[in-house]
Formats: sequence, structure tokens, C-alpha cells
Amino acid sequence: MTTVDTTATAPVVRSPAVSSWRAVLLVMEHFWTWYRRNWRATIVGSVVEPLLFLVAFGLGFAVLVNNGGRLAELTGGLPYIVWLAPALLTMNTLQIATFESSYPVVSGFKWQRIYWAITATPVTAAQAGVGHLSWIAVRMLTSGVVYVAILVPFGGVRDGGIVVSLLAATLCGAAFAAPVMAFATVVRKEGPAFGALFRFVLIPMTLFSGTFFPVDALPVWVRPLAWATPLWHGTELARGAALGSLQLWPSVGHLAYLVVLLVVGMLLVQRQFRARLYR
Amino acid sequence: MPGVSDGLVQARGLRKDSGDVHAVRGIDVDVGRGEVFGFLGPNGAGKSSAMRMIACVSPRSGGTLQVLGMDPYVDGPKIRARIGVVPQLDNLDAELTVRQNLEVYGRYFGMSRAAVRAKATELLAFAQLTDREGDEVEPLSGGMKRRLSIVRSLVNDPELLLLDEPTTGLDPQARHLLWDRLYRLKRQGVTQLITTHYMDEAEQLCDRLVVMDGGLIVAEGSPAELIGRYSTREVVELRFPLDDAPPVAELEQLVERLEVLPDRLLLYAADGEAVLAAAHQIGIRPLSSLVRRSTLEDVFLRLTGRRLVD
Amino acid sequence: MSAPAVPSAPLLRIFPVGGYAGRSKMIMMRSALVYRRAWLAIVSGFFEPVFYLFAMGQGLGTYVGTLPGPNDAPLSYAAFIAPGLLAASAMNGAVFDSTFNVFFKLRYERLYDAMLATPLGVVDIALGEIGWALVRGGLYALGFLSLMAVFGLLTSPWALLALPAALLVAFAFAAVGMAATSYMRSWQDFDLVTLATLPMFLFATTFYPLSVYSEPVQRIVQCLPLYHAVELMRGLTTGAVDWSMLWHVGYFVVMIAIGVVIAARRLNALLLR
Repeated sequence: MTTVDTTATAPVVRSPAVSSWRAVLLVMEHFWTWYRRNWRATIVGSVVEPLLFLVAFGLGFAVLVNNGGRLAELTGGLPYIVWLAPALLTMNTLQIATFESSYPVVSGFKWQRIYWAITATPVTAAQAGVGHLSWIAVRMLTSGVVYVAILVPFGGVRDGGIVVSLLAATLCGAAFAAPVMAFATVVRKEGPAFGALFRFVLIPMTLFSGTFFPVDALPVWVRPLAWATPLWHGTELARGAALGSLQLWPSVGHLAYLVVLLVVGMLLVQRQFRARLYR
Repeated sequence: MPGVSDGLVQARGLRKDSGDVHAVRGIDVDVGRGEVFGFLGPNGAGKSSAMRMIACVSPRSGGTLQVLGMDPYVDGPKIRARIGVVPQLDNLDAELTVRQNLEVYGRYFGMSRAAVRAKATELLAFAQLTDREGDEVEPLSGGMKRRLSIVRSLVNDPELLLLDEPTTGLDPQARHLLWDRLYRLKRQGVTQLITTHYMDEAEQLCDRLVVMDGGLIVAEGSPAELIGRYSTREVVELRFPLDDAPPVAELEQLVERLEVLPDRLLLYAADGEAVLAAAHQIGIRPLSSLVRRSTLEDVFLRLTGRRLVD
Repeated sequence: MSAPAVPSAPLLRIFPVGGYAGRSKMIMMRSALVYRRAWLAIVSGFFEPVFYLFAMGQGLGTYVGTLPGPNDAPLSYAAFIAPGLLAASAMNGAVFDSTFNVFFKLRYERLYDAMLATPLGVVDIALGEIGWALVRGGLYALGFLSLMAVFGLLTSPWALLALPAALLVAFAFAAVGMAATSYMRSWQDFDLVTLATLPMFLFATTFYPLSVYSEPVQRIVQCLPLYHAVELMRGLTTGAVDWSMLWHVGYFVVMIAIGVVIAARRLNALLLR
């Protein structure tokens, strides 16, 4: 990570009393300290809600799709829930990513102002941003582990491929969280801005990115929109890994898309955090 | 009710209990028309509870209360139509602009659109906020928000204005501007009820005040009367080296009253310079000395004590 | 309240004394003024059920085929979920307006304290806020019904009654939501709102018929308010109307009565301490 990236907006050069990696870990420790006291508050959002979605879609829709008579065409003969599970995992991870990188980031600048406290120490603005993003990745990964554990008794897990699905889901979440975080640093009225983000980006993405049915079931003109979303790429990877149907070049393409989005997002986060904190 | 003159507020044995807390434990208050009346007291003295009862948003637990000759419990809406309230914490509408705050509020009083528009223009000028009228409330400074809160309470041309700690948290410029606006309102004949724990504010603004402590009124009068009754004309403040025991016994001979504080001694006397000279004569050499006029703060601390209340 | 003599007409026993100045319209006008500046928030609310209808009806519908409707005539999946989404959006909109928004104004903006410094009373506040939730919910319902009509998902003139039915449903949820909000202490308590509305959205026959459940689960689902709303909407939009639907109406009338009385009394206790 570049700590002394002297752009015009960042004239402040600080003596690196802690290494960049260590600084990022220290920021994560800060969030962990908070989380240890407050993890109960996240149970409804990260366990109960996904469980309800799983029951509603994994079991309820399964009945409908079974009766519809085209299940084999959709899943290649597997139960609907096995086909659905890695996609729900990815969708859930993306939702956590979006929530954790929106309001908490605004709070860090505006309400609790923890970023100002962090950058009053040897930790730099860019390190604070990357540290928070890394913490969000940890949250996604741990929630994902819990989610997989819930999937098992529902018969949603076929084999160890789900571990790769979990990693793909986390990458997908981080790739979306980074630009959302950068967005969160510039919004002035967070209520309407995030409302629009959730309703016009997040919700359509969860509905149209191939989670519940293949993108091919949509009209031709909608499909490119779905292909442009990170969730579609993440879902393809996660589902391919879980069902053992990954193919080399498409996978490389999905991976490249998500990595590029993550890297660009991280650069934006670092730039924005500097611009906001070193004004 | 016997003896109702043109008193705007009349309370007899007024009490407020919430659960086991006796916030107000029986107070008598009379506020006449055109008067500026102050409630002084430390935090938790019961000032705000008393104000809330007068503002008809808190039912009393006992005693009688008449505001504008009516009972707040029965005629709350009628009374509120004729009073203005400035709350302790600003509760401006953050979703509206500065001007809209005044206009929407005016509509709650049943005023016509044309009337609130004209009134808002007049009040914005009075509050020196005309050039901010299209802005949202949030970016305004603390002083501007306070001024907006105050003119908002004037939208219905109230006969009685209730101000709960109007200048807490403001910088000196903002306070002085507010005092000026409140003084102009007094000149226009608006009766005002003010709570504060700033003594200079009370001395500046109030014709008459009560000091409350522990839910009771412990003193009542004009600022000058209270100083005359509970303090001396002047106060001498003396500092001694921290390690030495100060010569309390010798000094006590010289003055009406002496108070020992952790860092200094306070000597209450009619003539401070004379006391200082006398102390010198008997060989007392303080590190530093200061002679000043007695203020309401001396009265307040004497009546309510120096312990911290929170 | 011990000392003061209290006039005790029966109505004043149910609602707080001096709590109604007949100016709740002014509070609705305030909301209209606020949303004139935040129109995107209004517009975005309309799209959520539309996205669901399009994704599930079109996409998933391909694999679901047809389902039995209320009078056992086969319904396309889109026509099946559309009335469910209409009911659910009436619920979600009303609950959001009467919980999150009211809590914010009550505890953070202290907006109601400001209103109570005017002749307005708590009943004005409760009715004004619920009234605005209804205006907004009515606009959404109208938009969604028009969309259903355009896509041929309305098969009966009874569908005209779906608009007032949506308002009734929204009123009931707004009243109960506001009553519940008066008991909330922190944002954490709003998890309970999610725990009440999300299962209803997912399981109260919005997305699939009651017949997918076992007998005991069906009984539970049939107690949920959203189930009654969905049944009402589905009957009206498909023309499967009979007298038994008045039960659903009755269910919501009771909800409204209980919700409004509790909301007004609790707000009174909170604001007039």
C-alpha cells in the first residue's frame, strides 16, 4: 500500500511510526474491539434475515419450481436449493458489504467521527480507509461461514466446493464495498443517497443477477445490465465452484472483473479518505 | 380564582412528581404583564419542569396553575395559541429551509398562507437571517439556529414568551445579539419567562427572578434586591501559597462573612479596599488580591451551595 | 393526574384531553413540503415492488408456470404475485413511515415537541402522520395498479376497489406501527420491526399459495395481517369476490381502532411528561 502518495490534496507527510500493514491491522483491531461488545446487534441482519430468505426461497420456491416441471432444465437435475445456495450466499455477502460500507462509513466521518480520532495517531487516512474495508471483508467472511453452516442442514451444500464459493462471495462483496465506501465519503445527504443506492442498485442487482433464475430467462435487452453487475460475476463463480462446473476462461473473466473493481475501488477509497481527512 | 389581576402566570403550591422524583415541590409564582421574570437554579433544580408545566406540555401533580387566566390542563391548546416557547435544545425542522420553518410553524397556529409569508419576512429581518432564508437549518451556526428558534416562537405574536436557557452554548457575540433582541421584545411589551444558569444573563435581562434549588424557591426579588439581601457590596478574593494554612481566624475579624475555597479566600464586605488595607496592617501578605463588586453569582452560590449537582 | 378537575366526556377518556385541535391537515402539508424537495425518495418507493414483479413474474415465472388462483382458475405467476406485492408494499410503506420516520422525529429531531408548543395536540400529530403515510401509500398503490392494468394483470372491474383496500391496509399498519414505535427505546429495537414484517412479506402467500404449507403452518399464516391483505387484493384483482372478504376488512378495522388509540395515548404519555 502506498502511504506517502503525495497528491495535491495531501500535503501532510507523516513519519511512519508504524508500518502500513501494521496500521491496517490496528484499524481492524479497533473495529473488532467494538464488534466484540456489539455483535449481538448484528444477529438479525446477518443471521435471522438470511435464514428467512433461505427458507422462503430455498424451500418455498423449490416447491413452485418442482411443480413447474422445468427443474432439470434449470439445475441439470440437482435439487433447486443446491443450485440456489451458493447464489444466496453471494447475495447475502453483497448485502452485508453494502450496509457495512454505507452508513458506518458516514458515521466514521460525521457522527462518531472515529476516522478523525484514528488519524490523530500515526495511522494515515488511507490506512484508516483500507483498514475499515479489510474489516468489512472479515465480517463478510465470518458471516459467510455462519451461512454455510446454516445451509448444510437444509441440504444446500453438495461438497467442499462451497469453500471456494465462500471466497468468491467475499471477493464479490469487497469489490462492491470499496466503491460504495468511496461514495459514502462524498455524499452530503446520506439518507436519500443510500436510499437510492439500495433501491436502484442493490435491490435490482439481487433480483436480476441470476440468483433465483438464470439471466437467460430475462428479456434480451435486460441481460447486458445483469452482466455488468459484480453480483452476476460473483454468482457465476460461486455457483460454478459449488456445482463443480467452473470453466477456465469464463472464470478468469469473472475473476478479472471483480479484482479490477476492487483495486479501482480501493484506490478511490484511499484518495477520498485523504481528501476528506487532510483538508 | 381569588385575586386574579392581570397576572399572566399564577402558580400556588405547584408540584411535579415523576415517579419517585419530586422535581417541583410546591412553588408560588406570579408573573405580571410586561415583566421579564427569571428562574435561576443549578441543574436539576426544577426550572425546566416548571417551564414545561407553564408551556402546557406537562400535567401538574398538584397545586394550582393559571396561564393567561386559564388552566393548562383543560385549555392547553387555547393557551399555547397565545404563547411562544423557545426550548432548551433547538428542535428546528431539519427537513425544511429557514423560511419554511417559520411558515410551517405559523400554519400550525391556523394563520393564513399570506399572513405567515409576511410574518416570516418580518421575523427573518428581526433575526438577521434574511440572506439565509433559502438555506437548510443544519449548516447554520449555533447562534443562528438559536435566533431562528426565538423568532419561530414569535410567529403568533405571543403575549408570553418562555425561554429555556436561551443562550447556553453560544459565543459572546451571539449572546449579546440575542440579549439585544430580547430587550427589544421587552420594549414591545412581550412578557418573558427565562430560565438560565448564567448570572450575568439574569442580571442583564430580568426585572425579577426566583432562585430554585431542590424543587423549591429559595429566594425571590430583583437582581439588586437579592444582592443586597444575600451578599455584600464588594468581595475581596485572596490567594495564599498552597502549602501554608491561610490566616482565616485573623481575617474573619475584619469582615461580615468569609468563605474558604480550595484555592482562595472570599471576604464579603461593604468596602473591599478598606478590608485589604486592614489585612496589610496586621501583617497578612497574600500572593494576590482582587477587589470586585458583588454579583448575582455570589448570591447564587451562597443560596445553592458549591457542591456539584448533576 | 390528581388535583385538576378533569372534564370526563366519554371520548376524552379514550383520547387525551386537549389532544385534538383539528389541524392534522397542517402536519400533512408539512410532509408534502418536505417531500417536494425529496421527490426521489418518493419515486424510488414505487419501483421496489415493480422490480420484484418484473424479476419474479417474468424471470422465475418462466420456471413456475401457472398457479391456482382464488377461484381455482389458473393464474400466471406474475398475476399471482402482483396483488401480493401490492399488499406487501402497502404494509412496508406504512410501516416505514410510521416507525423509522416517526422515531427519528420523536427522539432526534424533537419535532413533535415543537408542534406541541403550538395549539396542535397529540391526536393531530398521530392523525397527521398516519394521514401522510396514507397519501403516499395511495399514490404507490395507484401507480402499481396502473402498471398491472397495462400488463393485463387485472382481470376484473372489482380491481377498482383495490385502491381503497390498499389505503385500509396501509392505515392499519401505520396505526399499529406508530403505536409500536412509541415503545421503542433505541434503533436496535427496529430489528423487531424487521422480524415482524420480513417473515410476513416472505411467507404470507405473497410469493406462493397457502397450499405449499402443512396444515398447522397454514393456520399460523392465516392469522397474519398481511395474509388478510393479500387475500383481499388477490380476490379483488382477479374478481373472486364474495361476502367472506368482509372478514378481512373487519380485521383491519380492528387493527386501526387499537392502533390509533394506543398511539395517541402513548404519544401523550411520552410527549406530555
